[in-house]
Order: sequence, then C-alpha cells, then structure tokens
Amino acid sequence: MRCHVSRSGYRGDENLKKLMSGNAALGEAAVLSGCSCYFGYPITPQNELTEYMAKRMNELGRVFIQSESEIAAINMVLGASVAGARAMTSSSSPGMSLKQEGISYLAADELPAVIVDMVRGGPGMGNISPAQSDYLQATRGGGHGDYKTIVLAPGSVQELTKVVPLAFDLADRYRNPVVILGDGMLGQMMEPVDFDNVQPPKEYPKDYILTGAKGRPSRMIRSLLFDTKEEEEHNWKLVRKYQRMEQNEVRYETFLTDDAEMIVIAYGIGARIAKGAIKRLRQENLKVGMVRPITAWPFPAAVLQEFARTVHEFFVFEMSAGQLIEDVKLALNGRGHIHFYGRPGGIIPTPVELYRIIGRHYYMASRREQS
Amino acid sequence: MMTRTIFSGFGGQGVLSMGFTLANAAMLEGKYVTYLPSYGVEVRGGTANCTVVVSDEEIASPVASEPEFVVAMNQPSFNRFQNILSAGGLICVNASLVNTDVARSDIEVLSIPTTELAERLGTTKVANMIMLGALIKASGIISFDDMIKNLGELLGEGKAKLIKLNKEALEVGFNYVKE
Repeated sequence: MRCHVSRSGYRGDENLKKLMSGNAALGEAAVLSGCSCYFGYPITPQNELTEYMAKRMNELGRVFIQSESEIAAINMVLGASVAGARAMTSSSSPGMSLKQEGISYLAADELPAVIVDMVRGGPGMGNISPAQSDYLQATRGGGHGDYKTIVLAPGSVQELTKVVPLAFDLADRYRNPVVILGDGMLGQMMEPVDFDNVQPPKEYPKDYILTGAKGRPSRMIRSLLFDTKEEEEHNWKLVRKYQRMEQNEVRYETFLTDDAEMIVIAYGIGARIAKGAIKRLRQENLKVGMVRPITAWPFPAAVLQEFARTVHEFFVFEMSAGQLIEDVKLALNGRGHIHFYGRPGGIIPTPVELYRIIGRHYYMASRREQS
Repeated sequence: MMTRTIFSGFGGQGVLSMGFTLANAAMLEGKYVTYLPSYGVEVRGGTANCTVVVSDEEIASPVASEPEFVVAMNQPSFNRFQNILSAGGLICVNASLVNTDVARSDIEVLSIPTTELAERLGTTKVANMIMLGALIKASGIISFDDMIKNLGELLGEGKAKLIKLNKEALEVGFNYVKE
C-alpha cells in the first residue's frame, strides 16, 4: 500500500523550524513516514496526537478511526497490518496495559505495527503527569508469551522525527511491533522542529499479507498453534529474530564519556534532565558522563560492559522506582558500583536536584576509592 | 544565558497564547526554546499556566521549578506563583485584577494596568499582548524589534488584519515600563 506524502500539514518551508508539541510532531512524522492507518482512543497526555491524526489523515484520504476502546484500536492495527497497511496506534499507560494482548498477537503473528506510549504516572489510573514507569512493560514484551518489541525512547521533539520513520522501518524489516516510549512531557511540550530529513521508509515486499488469494495459493496468519512442537519451533524462530535485533539494532548516545569516572545511564526526558545536571557537574570538574539508550530494547548492554573495563561508578537515573536499573545490573553483571536515583508517580526531578545528588554520590565514591 | 518564565491567569485571558508568542519569537531569533502548557485537570473559568524556557544552549528541562520571571494575570495565580519565583526574580502583575499587598519582599513586582490600557485600544482582548510587551521590556528575554518585525509570522496565517492591533498593544506595554 503506497501513500503519497504531502508536506502541507505544517508550514512547509524547508529549513524553517516550527514550534510544535511532541504529540503533533509525532503525528506529522508518522504521516511523512507513510503511515496509512491510524487507530486511537483518547487519553491524556497523548490526545494531541489523536487530534492531529484525525485532521491530517482525513486531509490525505488515509484511514483514521477513533475506536471505541484501546483494545479495539490495537486490534484494528492488527487487522490493517494483516492487509499490508503501515499502521499505528497510540496511548498512555493505562491504555497501554489494555493493548498488551493485541501486541502479543502482533508479535506472535509477526506483523509490523508502531505503538506509541506517552507514559504517565501509575500504577492504576495514576495521574497524567510525565513518568517513565512503563519501562519494564515495554522492554519485556508486556503481554503474555515469549516475545519482544523493539523500544525506541526519544528525548526531544526533534528526535521524534528521526525515531518515527525508524520505527516504521524496523517494524516492516523485522515484521514485529515497535514501541515508541515517550512520556507526558515529550508529548505535551513544544519545541522547534523541522521535518527536512524525514523520508518515508522503503517498502518491503510483503509476501505474507492477506489480500485475497485469487490467482495465488492461499495464506494463513495465526497464533493458535495447538501442536506443541510447532509452537516451540515458532518460538525459536522468534527468538532468532530477536537475536538479530540485538545484534543489529542497538542505538545509544554517549555524552562526555571519554574521561568520565562516573557514567550516568538515563533515557528519554530523564536523559535530558541528567544532561543538564552533568553540565553543572563538569563546571566543577567532576568527571561525569552519560550513556543514553535510544533503544531501550535491545539495550546497549555491550557498551556498558565495555565502559566497565575502565569505569567503576555507574549512576542510574529514572522517573520510576527502579526499572531501568534492572537492565544496567544485567549489563554490568556484578562489575562496577551502581548508584541509583529514581522518582516515581509523575514527579519531574529538576536538573539542580539531580546535580546535587550525583555530586554527593561522586564525592562518596571518590572517598571510598581513597580509603 | 537561560531564562524561565511562567505565564499564569484565568483560562480565556490569553495566558497560553502569551507564552506561545514569546516561545515562537525566541525560536525565530534562533534561540533554544521549550514551551510547556499545564495540562492538568482544569475547569472552565479556572486557572491556566504555561512555562517558557529560552536559552542560548540546549535546554535540559522544560519545567521551571524556580523561574526568573512570572506573569500573573489574576489573584490566584499571583498567590501561587510568587512563592516559587527565584529570590530576586520579577513578577509582572495584572494590576487591574491583582492585589499585591502580600508580595514577598525578596522579589520585584511590576504592576501593569492591562485592562485599562487595553480598553484605550478599544478591546480588552489584547491585555495579554500589553503584558507581553511589558515583560519583554523588563526582562530583555528577546529582542522587541525583531519580535515586531516577525509579528505577521507569529500571529499565523489569516491573522493579517490583527497585526496592527497586536503591534499597538505590544508597544503600549513595552513603553509603559520605564528604563
């Protein structure tokens, strides 16, 4: 299914930035990435994305449906993907929990899809403030069964324009659901953004889609495999695919790590706040750097292992009560000393707060070294 | 240099558009900028606020826990946000609606009778632009001249007939504040 891409949605002068919310920019990036079907159900703090798609998809003659529930939306995505569409849905934490069954089916059926989670404070209904507490749900599959989704964790509105086409590309390339893990702040805040480098991902041959079997042998997509041997084989096939993702799709950014004696690990909005803190620490000659996972799964474990040869102090910062730290512990596997600061519940720590805490831990660590 | 400003007031006073206009103007000047609206559980007629961070460098957080500037268009906003202003910070107050007797002693208060000034221009709808002009004069966050130059773009398509009125309002506010 090919889509013509129009740039008329935003004021389309090349090289000119526009002030846009993360939600709206994500919508435009999806449109430019050839998203042909969007299904969504309203929930704060991602409503502007659904709103944007309602307008733009209709303008372009593409499919927009406000579904009756999050569960319906993810299953519409499944249906559209079965038919070969580039399909997307979005929600926030409570809605993401509802979508997990559908994501498990997408993974089992090896169907491409892009699913956006603008995370808010939880558990339960929680609140509508930005949070990072869906990390484990997103990076461990989230639904039932042995499966993985690629998880992209952008940290700015501009970065969304890189991550969204990448998400559609990876989804098609691996025939797998891809999750964009944002948070309420990324969705709500406005920043200057341009779409100059957004190109629709290439079209992959889709020899599996169900388009009517006229003139060709019929196809079947299903996840019900009563034969245990067949199910086990299917699982191992999926595992081999996940291993290929782990080999090829790890993405991360380093910041001031060359001479670092302490490395902060943070992602998304958390990494932004950490960057502000690290800049202050550097002014006082504290050698602190950062590794920012862009793919929360596959996690940049090998990079941390490499740093652990020379660096002993690692500091995990997250807007949750201790989820990212599990991946850091697994990656370091007992090497190095891990410090932690996390705030759950929709609290947004300030760069100054983090600067003080990292600074204190840094001094504690250097005293320990000396003694 | 980085400045953090919170705009606050009743929903309908043009509080969000004040912040959005400043953020947009700063962007056109080539600065780093973030704009974060409050998206909490609000009621019609209740309070609205937004935070604008303008910087020469990448911005770590769009949240301002200790802003340098606050604009308070109504009393509840004044009472709430004067408390989080940095010591030595400036609060621009809509004098037409706000009593500043309870102001903290370690901050500066700039009172602008926006409603009265706006009425002289024929409509109270531009009270927010008068306030924005005053803030820019008192804070120097962005260049006022550049902003006036870019006003057509800032107001967006289809608002050409409003350029003159908004320009006047911005100038009234800007000139009201003495050096």
